[in-house]
Amino acid sequence: MLTLRINGLDVRAEEGWSILETARFYGIDIPTFCYHDGLSAWGGCRLCVVEIGEGESAKLVSSCTYPATEGLVVRTHSMRVIAARKLLVELLLSSCPSSKTIQDLAARLNVQKVRFKVEHEDCVYCGLCVRICAEQMGAKAIGFVNRGGKIKITTPFDHKSEVCRHCGACMYVCPACQLRCQGAEPPGVVCGSCLSPEPTCLEFYPDLMCYMGAEGNCGTCIREKPKRKLRS
Amino acid sequence: MELADKGNNKNLLSILQDVQKECGYLPEERLREIAVMLDMPLIDVCGVATFYKSFSLTPRGRHQVKVCLGTACHVRGADRIVEELERKLDVRRGETSEDGEFSLEAVMCLGCCAIGPVVVVDGKYYGQVTTAKVESILKTIREAIYAR
Amino acid sequence: MPDKVKAERIRNSKDLEEVRARILQSRSSKIPCIVIPSGTCCQARGSSEVACAFQREIEKHALGDKVAVRVTGCGGFCQTEPNVVIYPEEIYYQKLSPDDAEEVILEAVLRGRVIDRLLYADPNTGERFTHLNDIPFFKKQRRLLLANNLRVDPTSIHDYLAINGYNALSKVLQEKTPDEVINEIKQSGLRGRGGAGFTTGGKWELCRKARGDVKYVICNADEGDPGAYMDRSLLEGNPHSVIEGMIIGGYAIGASEGFIYVRDEYPLAVRHCRLAIEKAREYGFLGNDILGSGFSFDIKISMGAGAFVCGEETALIASIQGERGTPRQRPPFPAERGLWGKPTNINNVETWANVPLIMTKGAGWYSKIGIKKSKGTKIFSLVGKINNTGLVEVPLGTTLREIVYDIGGGIANGKKFKAVQTGGPSGGCIPSSLLDLPIDYESLAQAGSIMGSGGMIVMDEDTCMIDIARYYTAFLSDESCGKCLSCRKGTQRMYEILTDISEGKGEEGDIELLEELALVIKDTSLCGLGQTAPNPVISTIRYFQDEYEAHIKEKRCPSGVCKELISYYIKPEKCQACLICLRNCPVQAITGGKGLVHIIDQNKCTKCGTCLEVCPPRFGAVAKLSGKKAPEPVLQGTEVIRSRKTDVNA
Repeated sequence: MLTLRINGLDVRAEEGWSILETARFYGIDIPTFCYHDGLSAWGGCRLCVVEIGEGESAKLVSSCTYPATEGLVVRTHSMRVIAARKLLVELLLSSCPSSKTIQDLAARLNVQKVRFKVEHEDCVYCGLCVRICAEQMGAKAIGFVNRGGKIKITTPFDHKSEVCRHCGACMYVCPACQLRCQGAEPPGVVCGSCLSPEPTCLEFYPDLMCYMGAEGNCGTCIREKPKRKLRS
Repeated sequence: MELADKGNNKNLLSILQDVQKECGYLPEERLREIAVMLDMPLIDVCGVATFYKSFSLTPRGRHQVKVCLGTACHVRGADRIVEELERKLDVRRGETSEDGEFSLEAVMCLGCCAIGPVVVVDGKYYGQVTTAKVESILKTIREAIYAR
Repeated sequence: MPDKVKAERIRNSKDLEEVRARILQSRSSKIPCIVIPSGTCCQARGSSEVACAFQREIEKHALGDKVAVRVTGCGGFCQTEPNVVIYPEEIYYQKLSPDDAEEVILEAVLRGRVIDRLLYADPNTGERFTHLNDIPFFKKQRRLLLANNLRVDPTSIHDYLAINGYNALSKVLQEKTPDEVINEIKQSGLRGRGGAGFTTGGKWELCRKARGDVKYVICNADEGDPGAYMDRSLLEGNPHSVIEGMIIGGYAIGASEGFIYVRDEYPLAVRHCRLAIEKAREYGFLGNDILGSGFSFDIKISMGAGAFVCGEETALIASIQGERGTPRQRPPFPAERGLWGKPTNINNVETWANVPLIMTKGAGWYSKIGIKKSKGTKIFSLVGKINNTGLVEVPLGTTLREIVYDIGGGIANGKKFKAVQTGGPSGGCIPSSLLDLPIDYESLAQAGSIMGSGGMIVMDEDTCMIDIARYYTAFLSDESCGKCLSCRKGTQRMYEILTDISEGKGEEGDIELLEELALVIKDTSLCGLGQTAPNPVISTIRYFQDEYEAHIKEKRCPSGVCKELISYYIKPEKCQACLICLRNCPVQAITGGKGLVHIIDQNKCTKCGTCLEVCPPRFGAVAKLSGKKAPEPVLQGTEVIRSRKTDVNA
């Protein structure tokens, strides 16, 4: 067992755990995108970054790949980290605004604007499809080709795959494919209707008005102002 | 070439380099053979072949025209040279002309900064190139081709 | 020069002394030797033809035993190539053609007369210099490594033995334990010459302490920074020095195998390294039981395939392993888990080349060179808008001003200095206000740049800093492995904003957005490429914010580079209708005729600059404008105003 300090709390981790696994064990929520419990950690989306170390040498590392080590000091929600996560989501949004997963992340992190030219890409190169195909299905039908701006995920020579078993795992795990959002409309491109953390009913009622168990996920229920203000 | 034991992933890069040298590019058939020989998933071989700039999956032209776009050449106006060549050869950088004669490539630093901007045609170096000189360089090459 | 003494395996240090003595004896040090530098860049300028001419002339005049010729690697003063240095007086002749060979041999070498027209002349004063060490370019350098490039033919191991090569190795194997070697390197203060500047001794110690009996050492010769070619010249010119360093390093760390990872754009370096390895094996410096010490070590060459990111340690390792060059998280560091999972120590070419020097002369001697935290010398490639282009080796702590002006001879063509870019695409621009900055790891970092591998690109008033930032961002975006969202997408977005700015589409808030992007890319990228990718943008904003503002607010490019913001205009009052620009315009955008003012059609003009280039200087009729529209053209068919001073037919 190792001891490390997360957000001021002394926590214990097993040898071989990552910072992310340790934080989750203790209920500390670090947002992720390319991370998936059943697959190896890739560390490409950088959303799970946390600040480690102190003073001048403090730096940001991806918590899904960085190992929990003895005496490590970790801050999961420092100013630097929050600012980084917000801009990273902005980059994701500007590439693929029709992904519900990305819109939800944006709402969660309170990203209100997108300042880059919007591209409507189908892929954000998180690599989840590659990993599920290789690790869970053992097929290795798709992978990364090229690099940098020209990178893409495809089959060899862009031909129909000879080893694909049509399991659909890649589509299942893809954050761009699944739940194509209908809500995001130009020019704002930022939706936030599904996971907005600001319930509007509290402006008009003293209690949350949702009785359907969808507490806090509002914004859709109160559409018109009630006839009289009921404030106690 | 110093090769470690053939028959495992260890040597993929040097095998690809040998094929590139031999064929001038990496034919699809050879890549499939390599994947079988090294017992690797084909997509991994493709992933490596497409990652590195030295490899080309399409045949290159009979004549290679390389323009150095290293920083020293860039500050001396190498960008204009590439544009001029693109215009004159009717081919975009990184591509081969329709008739298969010329490939135009922008390379990053040939280490000949003293004579920049530099253009290399089939291994012959031309230094201190200006947009005005491009025509005369191409003339020399075309004359050599027609003389064959 | 072919080795005259027979090749044989050297079994111990006594053997080495004997062989060295025999080599020195077989050479007459009294006959003059003509050294002809012939590295890749020298050959591009015709040094091979010059070397052939010299050999031909010597044969023709049957002077084989009166004059020696040595073809070497890069001499460093690239501006003067093809050049020769005549020993023992070290007379320096520049810019030779093959026809000069006969005269040089007969007049200069045999009759001792100096040929004035071939001497190097200072571009500013015109003064001519005869001897190498008097030439200002060389005077202020301290060429601990580069000087040997002129003393050895890289294809000859005998030349290397003649200058006490492999002496350090012999001493180390005989007298020192691995820990003592590591201590010596630590004491010397040597820091990595590849860019990051970690203490070499400390790095070796980490690897030595790592668990495992199979370890590797690697020489990182993937010199990817555009404009940097120091490593190439060391590998082409003196490969044995690097090999010797690696063997010593292998001994200290406990590795029995080494790799030289060299980029495939360096075929001559690969050839010379391979040859040197073969010879080293023949003589017993590589292989089993080296010099009877019981220590075995061998080196293989692994070639890069065109990926800048493979200069990063973990990407380099991935490349040798036949994978995509994608960096991975550290820890674990290569020193613990590197090549094929084994402890691996990676050092740059120049770092390895310093090792035999330190082991021969001692850490005490070495640590006296340089300044407090940056010891020894560093080779820089001084290129760009500078008079004396070439490779410069100076003690760390030398100021930028000394390098640019005393050694570099100042800015070419009488232009004004604007900035020096150090550290390649990972570095930043240093402005004229910081010319007195000492070149050392810490000072450069504080100024917003890095030492990097040693590239120094000099820029003048005609260089646009937005264009430079955009150039580097494009390069890094292209070379990014693509794994990290921040690096892949972040550099692309920075490039888009910079492009908009350069095309006159910049908006208020762009600079702030660039800074915000830069900070996040720097903070969140996995590897050094991404972490330093924003440096050119950050440093140009820091020192040249006024240029950014001119582009954004006034839609003006002060240096006249950004094509969308400039226009070419022929001044009707100066035009003398010589037809030169008209004929040379690649898109036929100029109209006019004999005696008629030439007019540029702004709609057709591609801003290539040819007209400005070819307009005769005595007319000076072409102007480059920025920040305002070109004036309305005069009517077609307007006649020129003949100036009495100028004559078109002169």
